[in-house]
Amino acid sequence: MLLEVNDIATYYGSSQALFGVDLALDEGEVLALMGRNGMGKSTTIRSICNLNPPKSGTINFAGTSTSRQPAFRIARWGIGLVPEGRRCFAALTVYENLIAAARPGRWTLERVNELFPRLSERRNQLSQTLSGGEQQMLAIGRALMTNPRLLILDEATEGLAPVIRQDIWRAIRALKSDGLSILLVDKTLSELLPVADRCVILENGRSVWSGEPASIDDAVKDRYLGI
Amino acid sequence: MSRETVVNLILAVLLLAVPLLANAVGQPFYITLATRIAILALAATGLNLALGLGGLVSFGHAAFFGIGGYAAGILATHGFSGDPLIFGLSGTNLMPVIWLVAAVTAGLAGLAIGAISLRTSGVYFIMITLAFAQMVYYFAVSWPAYGGEDGLSILVRNQFPGVNSMRPLSFFLICYVVLLVSIGLFALIRASRFGSALQAARQNPVRVATVGIRPFRIRLTAFAISAMMTGLAGALFADLNRFVSPSMLSWHMSGELIVLIILGGTGRLFGPLAGAALYVIIEYALGGITERWQFFLGLILLGVVLFARGGLLGFVTGKARHG
Repeated sequence: MLLEVNDIATYYGSSQALFGVDLALDEGEVLALMGRNGMGKSTTIRSICNLNPPKSGTINFAGTSTSRQPAFRIARWGIGLVPEGRRCFAALTVYENLIAAARPGRWTLERVNELFPRLSERRNQLSQTLSGGEQQMLAIGRALMTNPRLLILDEATEGLAPVIRQDIWRAIRALKSDGLSILLVDKTLSELLPVADRCVILENGRSVWSGEPASIDDAVKDRYLGI
Repeated sequence: MSRETVVNLILAVLLLAVPLLANAVGQPFYITLATRIAILALAATGLNLALGLGGLVSFGHAAFFGIGGYAAGILATHGFSGDPLIFGLSGTNLMPVIWLVAAVTAGLAGLAIGAISLRTSGVYFIMITLAFAQMVYYFAVSWPAYGGEDGLSILVRNQFPGVNSMRPLSFFLICYVVLLVSIGLFALIRASRFGSALQAARQNPVRVATVGIRPFRIRLTAFAISAMMTGLAGALFADLNRFVSPSMLSWHMSGELIVLIILGGTGRLFGPLAGAALYVIIEYALGGITERWQFFLGLILLGVVLFARGGLLGFVTGKARHG
């Protein structure tokens, strides 16, 4: 297993947000983390990256415990996070955003530009002047430049125009067929389910369902996803 | 060519033209004024690396400025008297050697001070850097071997091979070249991967950690390089005045360097030079009229902070790149 999350409990101050989340992700697999708003998806991701370390439970990445490791080291081990709200470094140019994060590996500036040609056109533009979709491409590109073994995408297509969403999904599918392991959070089930190998559903800070996308029937959707 | 590049070029040319002209018409005072601008700009360029790029508001850079100055003063004193310094090493009056010692000593002090201060942030960082600078200040005051409170005179200005550094214009040219090289170095650092990471860490240290960058490490490196540049400026300042005193280490000096950067434009390549020029000119022009010139400097600073956030350069060239 590349990533193993066992029964983690995470708090914001004194209020508990996660009460027991389990998930596992194999090398080359795409795992969809699902659930309604406020059920703990983003908190789970923050726990995995040790931005909010869990108080109990264990997280292992490539066989090593992430406990007590600073966030930068977990990123160096190979967890690339594309945070919610496509947060780029606003006052840096596209190029600077990308090279700031670069670590040697298969992903280079050229390959990122190939995946997102828009970025090479905007190379010397400040990232705060990009459109929402371009910022999202930059956020994904920046994560890829760290040459991650696992890419985490938190709501990567939220709030984007339909045409741009298609571009992002196309990129995600390309990354999957390239063999990259991906942990995905997204609300568009029609796009999410075909790309996912397995799904985990959270409710009230607990993982309550896991299985293949094909076995998500109307009953599951109705019960856990409110559709 | 962008507007800022044009303004930068004009500044660089003006700083060179004024002393040349002053030399031609036999007014060496203005050469000294320009030299002072160049040296203060160099010191502020060092601080700009930490403050402008890294967002590290160091209120203790006078420590590095003074350490550089004392390095020059102490080496020159031993060089002049012939007494060995330490480990049987003698002093020297060779500027390149003095610069190296000044920069390395200031850099090591920067590493030590930074390693502790950078564990804090915000107002605590400001206070801790100030506290360290005050420690160095009081150490110098109570160190009778090198003049204590009275300071230390450099009897003959140190030498640069092949140049008569006693001539005001020659010494200015030395300082001018050192300044331009340092500004070039600043530009290289800013454009490098390291510079991008440093600026990214200023904008959001948490986000920078999620791409695998350790903010502490790059900040410490930047802080040490920053200290080296300011230390080098201190050595030149000592040679300009042929005098070193604890006042170079006082918190006024730290504040002055911050003021220079804010006046000129934070994080901008030529911001420190623009700020230093404005500062020295105000000091000279108003200082001739009233002893209370700093009151008016305060008003100008207030105006800049309220109405021209990008400093003088931001005001002239428009859009601030700095975020």
